[in-house]
Amino acid sequence: MQQVFRRPESLKDVQTHFCPGCHHGTIHRIVAETLDEFDLARKTIGVASIGCSVFLYSYFDLDVVESPHGRAPAVATGVKRARPDRFVFTYQGDGDLAAIGTAEIIHAANRGEDITVIFVNNTTYGMTGGQMAPTTLPGQRTSTSPYGRRSEKEGFPVRVAELLSGLDGVAFSARAAVNSPRNIMDAKKQMKKAFRYQIEGKGFSFVEFLSACPTNWGMGAIEANERVGREMCEYFRLGTFKNTANL
Amino acid sequence: MPTIEIDELRCKGCGLCTIACPKKLITLSEQINNHGYTPALFQETEIKCTGCALCAEMCPDVAIKVFK
Repeated sequence: MQQVFRRPESLKDVQTHFCPGCHHGTIHRIVAETLDEFDLARKTIGVASIGCSVFLYSYFDLDVVESPHGRAPAVATGVKRARPDRFVFTYQGDGDLAAIGTAEIIHAANRGEDITVIFVNNTTYGMTGGQMAPTTLPGQRTSTSPYGRRSEKEGFPVRVAELLSGLDGVAFSARAAVNSPRNIMDAKKQMKKAFRYQIEGKGFSFVEFLSACPTNWGMGAIEANERVGREMCEYFRLGTFKNTANL
Repeated sequence: MPTIEIDELRCKGCGLCTIACPKKLITLSEQINNHGYTPALFQETEIKCTGCALCAEMCPDVAIKVFK
């Protein structure tokens, strides 16, 4: 009998601080599996962000630079330009990337930096207590929108994958979800394509992952997982929005 | 015989594996583990595990090993 499913080598064998049912763990595993598949672990420099994703350096067996408050794409730009032989990715949540670090992500993408950005969208600020984020869905209750997000006052959720696909510097932009085995398979394919863009020197690649945040949504793990498919996938359509090299 | 092994100390009892298993062979335990969670429990009946690994794919804590 052979072991057909095991922990990827790039992912340390430690307990994570993520809440039960949080999709960060699944997304971490997908990233680690893809790094292993391309045998990249020894030449990778990850750039971590602020939020629940902050402990990336404790969970991945990689070299990681910590770059809080949305500056990860700017730091990754410096890392990649100084060491173009390294594989460089950032891992950021929606509070970090779509709010605090809007300037950095837009300009790194527009410059077409040869990096990969992994964006985890759970429609809320997870670590700081579930405040409304730019990606919060209309009507969604959060700790700072207790009556639900009102679009007439607080605007609309930002579709980052589509937004970035409009920039000429972006080579690959896609959105995936990890709420079902089928979506996880698709997510792995998108992750692989994004990594190939950088490996083959074809430019800036971006993958948005839809993620559940059971604790801040006030839901159980299974209910939160269902919400990803029911509500999030309706607003944030899954798919590839830009694929310049047709990988 | 395909089978799975659940790391009871790593499992946080989220239950995502219970909805992923096409044979419904995983339930949540009534016992509490060291961290205060009720871990997933694998129990084969007359229906057997096929080693499809969908439970392991869904597990956010990489707490499931699959053997085939």
